[in-house]
Amino acid sequence: MTSQAPAVRGKAAGSRRQSWLQRRSVRRVIASAATYAALLVLAGLSILPFLWMVSTSLKDPGSVFLFPPRWIPDPVVWSNYYEALTFLPFARYFANTAFITVANIVGTLVSASLAAYAFARLRAPLKSLIFLMILSPMFLPGQVTMIPLFILYRHLNWIDTYNPLIVPAFFGGGAFNIFLLRQFFTTIPLELDHAARIDGCGEAGILWRIVLPLSKPALATVTIFSFMGHWNDFLAPLIYINSSAKLTVSVALSRFRGEYGTTAWHLLMAASIVAVLPCILIFFFAQEYFVRGIQMTGMKG
Amino acid sequence: MVLRQSNTRREAVLFYVFVGPALLGLLIFTLGPMVASFYFSFCDYEIVRAPEWVGLANYHKMFFVDKLPLKSLGVTAYYSFVGVPIRLVAQFLVALLLNRALFGRSLFRTVLYLPSIVSGVALSLLWVWLLNPEFGLVNYLLWEVFGIQGPRWLSSPDWVIPALIVMSMWGIGGGIVICLAGLQGISEELYEAAELDGASGLQKMLRITVPHMTPVLFFNLIMGIIGSFQVFTQGYVMTGGGPSNASLFYVLYLYWNAFNYFRMGYASALAWVLFAIILAMTGLIFRSSSAWVYYEGSVQM
Repeated sequence: MTSQAPAVRGKAAGSRRQSWLQRRSVRRVIASAATYAALLVLAGLSILPFLWMVSTSLKDPGSVFLFPPRWIPDPVVWSNYYEALTFLPFARYFANTAFITVANIVGTLVSASLAAYAFARLRAPLKSLIFLMILSPMFLPGQVTMIPLFILYRHLNWIDTYNPLIVPAFFGGGAFNIFLLRQFFTTIPLELDHAARIDGCGEAGILWRIVLPLSKPALATVTIFSFMGHWNDFLAPLIYINSSAKLTVSVALSRFRGEYGTTAWHLLMAASIVAVLPCILIFFFAQEYFVRGIQMTGMKG
Repeated sequence: MVLRQSNTRREAVLFYVFVGPALLGLLIFTLGPMVASFYFSFCDYEIVRAPEWVGLANYHKMFFVDKLPLKSLGVTAYYSFVGVPIRLVAQFLVALLLNRALFGRSLFRTVLYLPSIVSGVALSLLWVWLLNPEFGLVNYLLWEVFGIQGPRWLSSPDWVIPALIVMSMWGIGGGIVICLAGLQGISEELYEAAELDGASGLQKMLRITVPHMTPVLFFNLIMGIIGSFQVFTQGYVMTGGGPSNASLFYVLYLYWNAFNYFRMGYASALAWVLFAIILAMTGLIFRSSSAWVYYEGSVQM
């Protein structure tokens, strides 16, 4: 009797512990189920506008205005895309926008890499002061310089040309890109520079053969963000471009509504989908650089 | 010695050659225009005539004569001070959910980031259609799921800003990714130590997670406010500032003054007031940061 008592007590404690563990794991299962349920709802909310966009773009004009709306278009009108893209010369606008975007990417990569290399590797008097000065425009709202720049470009006869949209990129490529590349360049070991120098490489050679090849992730990030920024840019082309043959996709889209009437939602959505398609494709093919770029931008604070 | 000196000299020269374009760009596209814009803000300048000095007349007009600058400032402040904190909290909560998800985290992250890819005019057009009072998806879902008769959103003075804030919730992808990176940077050992001490989930959240996330939230808050005060495309494309100026964003009003009415002097004054406001707010957030932003390694808690 007395010898059994501790065993009984031991067993009771054991079952208590077991039920505690069980309760704990049940709680975990419920918590993780709730997590996934919430994530699924959020994912659904994220996707819904896209589905709606695609659905509308394939409807015939009559079924766009049905209540309740029908998700699966019947009939499926693929020719909406043809009509939307030929009503205005969208191929032209795509080419225009692509030209501006590519020119900006080239200018940014060249001039930001040069400056970033200088800040990461070369010694010079006043270097840190100049670095601060170069970075200072990051906090300056563009509206402050917008008006004098317009007047300057007007004097240069640059209005209604692509110069105002392209030339600035060749002069530094944006404070933020210089900063980002400089941070990346400083992580490349100096020993590699020394080795290259012994082999007879000059600074330009080191930049071209050592630093840039090792900085592909950072360069990809700069390229992608530059692409997104200029592909979607609205205010600058709105200000500087007047002739309809020179319009960019985003300005053309904004005019589409006025020119076709406000009710042609099937065509507007078709045109919008085509306009954002390059960005979505780039996102899916270069997602890791996106994430890395965003993390780098967020981590600088 | 001579060689060494000429080497440092050469290095400095090379530095200025590499930084040259960026420095020139800073002068031509930022500093020069800033000085000019500041000068114009004290001038009557209607672009066809030379600027004429009028002292503080533009500033006097914008605060005491013209009703719209203050109105637009109110609209912009409403949009920013309600929208930015809501987005901040949402980013944080969604990142917490993602951080809990063990399986499919990167898939969910992709899907939740996706809406942020679409920006500018295409996004604005999509939301005009989504928010259509009779045939849009938003009001349909409100009716179908909650049995609520949705408001007239963009054509209602009371609902236009809430509508644009709702729309902005689809742009929090970048913030989510930044927050998630921050959460994953918190050392697991801290949580384990807290668990050994018997801390509850809530305690862990308030004592470990939130303090460690304050630098990230601080950064997102500043960037959010700066970006939000410069909102333009939504006002221009979606509402034209209406109805009855209820969505007259400050930069939209500035744009109209500069490029529709060609009041370059007045628009410059508007731009400088915006700059001052943004500077003051970032300054305020920075100064308050020591009270609530926790930096690892600092004594203050």
